[in-house]
Amino acid sequence: MVAYRIDRRSGVATYLQIVQQTKQALRLGLLEPGDKLPTAREVVEATAINPNTVLKAYRELEREGLVEARRGLGTFVRKTLGSAPADSPLRGELADWAARARAAGLERDDVTALFTSVLEQLYEGDDS
Amino acid sequence: MTSALEARGLTKQYGRRAAALRDCAFRLPTGRICALVGPNGAGKSTLLALAAGLLRPTGGTVRVLGTDPASAREKVAYVAQDKPLYPQLTVAETLRMGRELNPGRWDADTADRIVAAGKLDPSARVRTLSGGQRTRVALALALGKRPELLLLDEPMADLDPLARHQLMGTLMADAAERGTSVVMSSHILGELEGACDFLLLVDGGRVRLGGAIDDILGAHTLLTGPVADLAPHTVVESRVTGRQLTALVRHDGPVDPTSWHTTEPSLEELVLAHLRSPEAPALLTPSADRTVGA
Repeated sequence: MVAYRIDRRSGVATYLQIVQQTKQALRLGLLEPGDKLPTAREVVEATAINPNTVLKAYRELEREGLVEARRGLGTFVRKTLGSAPADSPLRGELADWAARARAAGLERDDVTALFTSVLEQLYEGDDS
Repeated sequence: MTSALEARGLTKQYGRRAAALRDCAFRLPTGRICALVGPNGAGKSTLLALAAGLLRPTGGTVRVLGTDPASAREKVAYVAQDKPLYPQLTVAETLRMGRELNPGRWDADTADRIVAAGKLDPSARVRTLSGGQRTRVALALALGKRPELLLLDEPMADLDPLARHQLMGTLMADAAERGTSVVMSSHILGELEGACDFLLLVDGGRVRLGGAIDDILGAHTLLTGPVADLAPHTVVESRVTGRQLTALVRHDGPVDPTSWHTTEPSLEELVLAHLRSPEAPALLTPSADRTVGA
């Protein structure tokens, strides 16, 4: 199960925040195929956002083939995203690298900038 | 399709004073969470009291859930701004009153849960409660009735931020589960943004904006760029600083993105721009226009 955190000041549409946080949970392996997403009622009770916003987000996730709504039962994860669960070796290597960067005296922002620039170089031309 | 609310030529005048509401026409579809916004004295409370059937219009009509306000009363819950309750009753007695006045409808679980979440002592008399605690009891009564339409006049004004968030969550959960239509007035937009999907902006006794919030925002563009003629777009508000023009327009066709930097306004920017520009024309999107498709 995931809990959504809505940031009203982010400038990102609320339904997109739910979509992005769901995808993030899928990437990190916090959600796996067969898992149930919280019901619209559960989400709005915790976040005080409009129910239609949650339904819009779930429709978007369904359109992308990531989840499926089963009538009367709820919305379930269909497939996972990426291949880097929270405890993968890649994550461990990245954690080691980050620790070395810190030991070398880099500030958090320096590390972020470095990481982002490598990503941009590596994934240049990809549409996602 | 039935509307939660439908007004036609709705007018209310108190004595000889200027009309509190003048010739209002709009439609609120069912299942929406509607923000009723506008400055103090705009006519928000009058509109809600007319819908609740506590006031009679001096002109025009208001239909509630497809019928007149008196016939719809069983399906409507209304919480007035001053949260009227019987001060000498205890919290438990107030809930019992709710149960006995709403035979066959009363949802004791919901009402009890709302009161319990505020850690209210059931044996405390209403008169000893704080403003925020009274609001909680009033909302428990309103939701316990399982209304199809919930009319709330400044519901959150007395509440601390935690209670506000929690009760807004409770309202949204009720709407998610039962499809309740809700109209909430406030002049604090931040309170409503996020929770509401429909807007009625009332100003000077008139409905200036009405419709689904996404549609209304999508109909407007905030643009900055060189000073130029903005036709054919309708200018809601514009400001010139040196050579730079900043304007909120209701666009007629696409806005030329090569000459202006354009963004969609936030709800707050949109409402404030309209309040600063009383001469800007009213806008009802098709979902709020009772002459379209109805």
